Amino acid sequence: MLTKRIIACLDVRGGRVVKGVQFVDIVDAGDPAELAHRHARGGADEIVLLDITATHEGRGTLLETVKRTASELFVPFTVGGGIRSAEDAAAVFDAGADKVSINSSAIARPELIGEIGASFGAQAVIVAIDARRMKGASDPVGEAEVFVSGGRKPTGLRVIDWAKEAEQRGAGEILLTSMDTDGVRGGFDCELTRRVSEAVQIPVIASGGAGSAAHFAEVFLVGKADAALAASIFHFGVTDSRALKAEVAAAGIPMRLPC
Amino acid sequence: MIAIIDYKAGNLTSVVKALRFLGAKDVVVTQSPQDVLRADKIVLPGVGHFRSTQLLEDLGLTKATREAVRTDTPFLGICVGLQWLYAGSTEAPEAAGLGHFAGECERFPATFEGHDLKSPHVGWNSLENIRADSRLLAGIGPGSFVYYTHSWRAPVSADTAAATMYGGAFTAAVERDNVMGVQFHPEKSAETGLQVLKNFLAL
Repeated sequence: MLTKRIIACLDVRGGRVVKGVQFVDIVDAGDPAELAHRHARGGADEIVLLDITATHEGRGTLLETVKRTASELFVPFTVGGGIRSAEDAAAVFDAGADKVSINSSAIARPELIGEIGASFGAQAVIVAIDARRMKGASDPVGEAEVFVSGGRKPTGLRVIDWAKEAEQRGAGEILLTSMDTDGVRGGFDCELTRRVSEAVQIPVIASGGAGSAAHFAEVFLVGKADAALAASIFHFGVTDSRALKAEVAAAGIPMRLPC
Repeated sequence: MIAIIDYKAGNLTSVVKALRFLGAKDVVVTQSPQDVLRADKIVLPGVGHFRSTQLLEDLGLTKATREAVRTDTPFLGICVGLQWLYAGSTEAPEAAGLGHFAGECERFPATFEGHDLKSPHVGWNSLENIRADSRLLAGIGPGSFVYYTHSWRAPVSADTAAATMYGGAFTAAVERDNVMGVQFHPEKSAETGLQVLKNFLAL
């Protein structure tokens, strides 16, 4: 049976893993390579490394960090941040990534989705969407807006419309981050996740708000997510994936166990 | 020497890295039919579109592979590399497969038993009905999880070494004598995947 995936995310800045709350308030959480291996050993189904300041500061992705992290990592490994062209993506794949996550650059030039897919396959392209509910709208979820540049810039695009376009252009998965719930550990935005998941055929990874096993179970059951991503819940020894997955499985969700 | 055939169908880094991690010394990424003919083992990875396999024919690699497997060189196809072992795929009807195994690869149905079925099939799924005589899957128990990402799949037949359930059963691994294939990504399937590659290296 196909299991739901628990993905450990490493937000990297200046070569260190950091964690913020609602995209600000950064604290240091360790070395990316060391943490990636700890998560893989701890039962995480995938590892995502996001260079969170790459676009903002106009830097390229930290290829050395990617290389070091990818060596001896035998679970799927996604890298995002600062990938603006098929050449940037190729460099990241060369360094050992299995998938790339693109966000601002896909909004700026949606053809990029197809260009990377043409060389590396659609399965290798994740389109990341930073979403915020449209407060005061009659349907705040349906009209949720896409933000770019690390959540700094509104785009005027509706999340559901953009997710559908990304799929049509050949994205392999959608990584949906709720800016409203991110880092607060109060649960995922299940309603937004469900609406996006029902709008597309490709897998949707929910992100933002993981604080407990119950939150994961809820986003799989209610939010219809195919995978869920979390960062801070795993850092500082809050829990490991194996214990978390056992709890989620107890709620009736198929999990990769033992792992 | 282990020849990893490069036909521009996605990223080969992970496969090469995993084989080297397991101690394989002489791993060569190649497009040369001569390398394929003199190789001790052949690996055909691939995660792209089935039409990429046309390049194998164009470069003379199909012919070389046919000759190499006829003389008992162990062959492992991964993902599209497994699909290529069949007659063809509806993904690219114009590109012929090797035809070593009977049948054609087809897309997952949009619905199964009244429910929508998402495609691609992405994530960790379990190996079932593992054939006891499989050398590739030696030491791997039923229910072991492996990582998939694909939209087309090979049919179950007598050569199927293990099946996986998603919209019905499909071939997770195929094996007849020295010719083998896996639909999943052993290089991304943690300990279970490394065991598969270890088994192949030991042939």
